[in-house]
Amino acid sequence: MIKVKDLHKKFGKNKVLQGIDLEIEQGGIFAILGPNGSGKTTLIKSILGMVIPNSGSIEINGKKIKNDWKYRNGIDYLPQIANFPSNLTVDELINMIKDLRASKSTGELQLIELFKLQPFLNKKLGNLSGGTKQKVNLVLAFMFDSPLLILDEPTSGLDPISLIRLKELISSEKKKGKTILITSHIMSFVEEITNEIVFLLEGKIYFKGSVLELKSKTQQPDFEHAIASILQQSYD
Amino acid sequence: MIKILKYSFYDLMRSRWSYVYFAFYLLLGIVLLFLNNDLSKAVITLMNVIIILVPLIGTIFGVMYYYSSKEFTELLLAQPIKRSSIFLGQYLGVALSLSMSLIIGLGLPFIMYGIFKSSAIWDFSLLLITGTFLTLIFTALAFNIALYNENKIKGFGYAILLWLFMAVIYDGIFLMSLIAFEEYPLDTFSLIGSMANPIDLSRVLILLKLDISALLGYTGAIFQKFFGTNFGIIVSSAMLCIWVLIPTLLIQRKSNKKDF
Repeated sequence: MIKVKDLHKKFGKNKVLQGIDLEIEQGGIFAILGPNGSGKTTLIKSILGMVIPNSGSIEINGKKIKNDWKYRNGIDYLPQIANFPSNLTVDELINMIKDLRASKSTGELQLIELFKLQPFLNKKLGNLSGGTKQKVNLVLAFMFDSPLLILDEPTSGLDPISLIRLKELISSEKKKGKTILITSHIMSFVEEITNEIVFLLEGKIYFKGSVLELKSKTQQPDFEHAIASILQQSYD
Repeated sequence: MIKILKYSFYDLMRSRWSYVYFAFYLLLGIVLLFLNNDLSKAVITLMNVIIILVPLIGTIFGVMYYYSSKEFTELLLAQPIKRSSIFLGQYLGVALSLSMSLIIGLGLPFIMYGIFKSSAIWDFSLLLITGTFLTLIFTALAFNIALYNENKIKGFGYAILLWLFMAVIYDGIFLMSLIAFEEYPLDTFSLIGSMANPIDLSRVLILLKLDISALLGYTGAIFQKFFGTNFGIIVSSAMLCIWVLIPTLLIQRKSNKKDF
């Protein structure tokens, strides 16, 4: 599904990605983890074509994404920060994104129901709270039925009920055979939903495999400590 | 691009600032026309206001819009849309909504005054066209500044500097160099000098049309002598078009290369 080859990216003197080789197969949930500044968001943004790599290549479904934009029809993306034009209403925003993607998908009604957004549909986005904005953000990301779903910190600002709903939503998307990439700092969330972990450290892939493999590699009984032990090594 | 344009335009049409800007022109138009009762004097006063104010609002608004819609732009960038259409759409959305405020804000009082029956209609239309050009030019320049500067404070700083330079400092330098080199033939120099600044260019254009030689100044007089009134108007309009085109192309170029 996604093939990343020898990807390099630097911002000024700061080398963020230093030769990433990654292959992600169709279907399943993949968590991209790593300490702050390890290049998670840069990697995701490179896949989305928002960051232009210095060298290396990215292929999606066997096609190079360089200078292309149509491939994004097959990707749904949840950005880290939810901030929308403050004078549009929620309803208008949803219709706008639908219009922009020229999509007839009507998944949004279920999602609005799921996150209880009906009372906000005619409110201006500028007047919404952070959590509500994040819910709108989620609706926008999930309403198209694209085979690849990229979620950057999906849990931020959500209340416990919405968090449970989100987990259900993610697992139901997985059952449809979608590929889901997630970054998160909440380890319990990651452990609960994911099958595969990609651990980035200083712009390189430090570990790729299942949670079990990670535990046995680090010889730690639980996931959180396993991650912490990797970080410990890198901080020393 | 049209879709992005449509939505930024809708968004801005509902913003408080568009109304403030609109109300300002409305008030200015009413005050000038009904207290002054002289159409051509009102047009000249308006010219002086527009030439300074439109670039200021264009730059500030352009930079402000870019920075405040940054996160949303990132969401758009992840959609299957060409990069350049996103930025050109946003740019045109800002520029057109500002131009709308200007045209309707000034247009209403002039229509009430009876501009259609007056011979000053062309002078007035030219004023609005120049105002629209200036909006397009300075919003495009502002978008360039914002695209090149990640740092908001720097971006705003450069935007204000650009305006200050074009609207105030440029004239000063220009005048001083005319005095300093008065022994030399300065025709070509001053022609190029006034073409290199869209604000000067607009002033010359309007004054040529109004045919007020007393206000033309040195550059205007040279313009008139060199090109004649009609050809002068054509040349300066063409230059204004180029002034719109170049920054727009730069927006397109930079937006294709930038990391977000």
